Amino acid sequence: MGTQTVLVGTRKGAWVLEGKGGRGTRELKGPMHLGSVVSHYVADPRKPSYQLMSVGSGHLGPSIFISCDAGVSWSEAPKPPAFAPVATETGEGRTVDHVFWLTPGHDSAPDVWYAGTSPQGLFRSDDAGNTWQEVTGLNHHADFYQWRGGDKDGTPDGPKLHSIIVDPSNYKHLIVGMSGGGIFESFDEGGTWKPLNKGVAMDFYPPKDDGSEYEYGHDPHCIVMHPLYNNRLYHQNHCGLYRMDRDVSDVWQRIGDNMPKDVGDIGFPILVHPTDPDCIWVFPMDGSGLWPRTSPDGKPAVYCSRDGGASFARQHNGFPTSQAWWTVKRQCMAVDGSSPASLFLGNTQGQVWASYDEGNNWQCLASDLPHIYSIEVVPGS
Amino acid sequence: MIRVVLPTQVDSYTRGEREQEFAAGGLCTLADLMWQLEQRFPGIRFRLVDEQGAIRRHIAMFVGECMVHTLDAVISDNDRVQIVGALSGG
Repeated sequence: MGTQTVLVGTRKGAWVLEGKGGRGTRELKGPMHLGSVVSHYVADPRKPSYQLMSVGSGHLGPSIFISCDAGVSWSEAPKPPAFAPVATETGEGRTVDHVFWLTPGHDSAPDVWYAGTSPQGLFRSDDAGNTWQEVTGLNHHADFYQWRGGDKDGTPDGPKLHSIIVDPSNYKHLIVGMSGGGIFESFDEGGTWKPLNKGVAMDFYPPKDDGSEYEYGHDPHCIVMHPLYNNRLYHQNHCGLYRMDRDVSDVWQRIGDNMPKDVGDIGFPILVHPTDPDCIWVFPMDGSGLWPRTSPDGKPAVYCSRDGGASFARQHNGFPTSQAWWTVKRQCMAVDGSSPASLFLGNTQGQVWASYDEGNNWQCLASDLPHIYSIEVVPGS
Repeated sequence: MIRVVLPTQVDSYTRGEREQEFAAGGLCTLADLMWQLEQRFPGIRFRLVDEQGAIRRHIAMFVGECMVHTLDAVISDNDRVQIVGALSGG
């Protein structure tokens, strides 16, 4: 088992966990950008040692920092994501509050990156993260305001554009999630967009009089495309857990109905196995009542399906067995490419946990970090 | 001469310099001053002023002892401009 490098973004800075699998020693390096909110800290799978970090300071606003030496040194993007200083369809100028999500572009375009912001916007860099432009096909789409609602029609700390997916088999095919709006896709590299929400429940709106579904306005929490079988999509939504096979249908199927009823199918992150498209992991959280978004009954567990969501198995060996009210945010689970796959998760209590046997057993790697916002594994580490 | 007092939050841009002086000639408003500051410390303006030209939500600016809310605020020779990180956090 080789060395694994885990990038940890938190509400107060970023850290790196390096070490071998199993029970070997680990080194926690950091902090970097102490005092800043690090919403996402991502390594470039196309360039060894190249990393991007979304850094936001409460006072100084959002920015992006770049490292060419695996986090040893950082430089600030000369032109971070910012909305055009012109009125939008609503007549208001929009201001980026934070850069929430970072996604490397297609393998064939090694300098392309995408960023999702709050308030919701999609940005693209063609020079390895140094300068960023709006993807105007989405941000200024004629229907964008209807799709996204106002900037206050979203999650408590701001509606977020997240889960930016670049289809490995088609660089022009993009999918994004908007926490206020739903899932949208483009087949022309961001020029035009359409909703992709058929079959998804929207319990927080009244049913339509004609019985039809809402086309948009949904709250996807996290979307994944299998890296090898690109027709297979999964997504964790505010209203359940879903699967789609694009070669069969463009309607989402609610596989969360197969979760135990007393646990439910609400959560934020979802992972798919690097080689097996039928294997996924989710971290259910309580979506009842006031939506506490903590482990049901104070008993944290991952649920794994190995049959595409037809059934789920509870995985909690090593986790606390009671009074552990974890929240795990949407960027806070990661899987590597090893066999068996290693899983990592971070919670809002500042703990990083790892499983080196595909979720069967878990151990705590770090326990006193700030509120964790993102966990990523350095590819090939 | 216009004296500018800077907050600790921008130390990484100013290399820790907390006070700067600018010749008053040609500086009519805070907006003018922000561009002068940017020339001296590249990147600092966007940390204080957002893309719509507004003072960032948790940054406060004073001309003398008066808090100002837009970059249209007039400045003149011998003014003291203080930029502060507003009380916030948690």
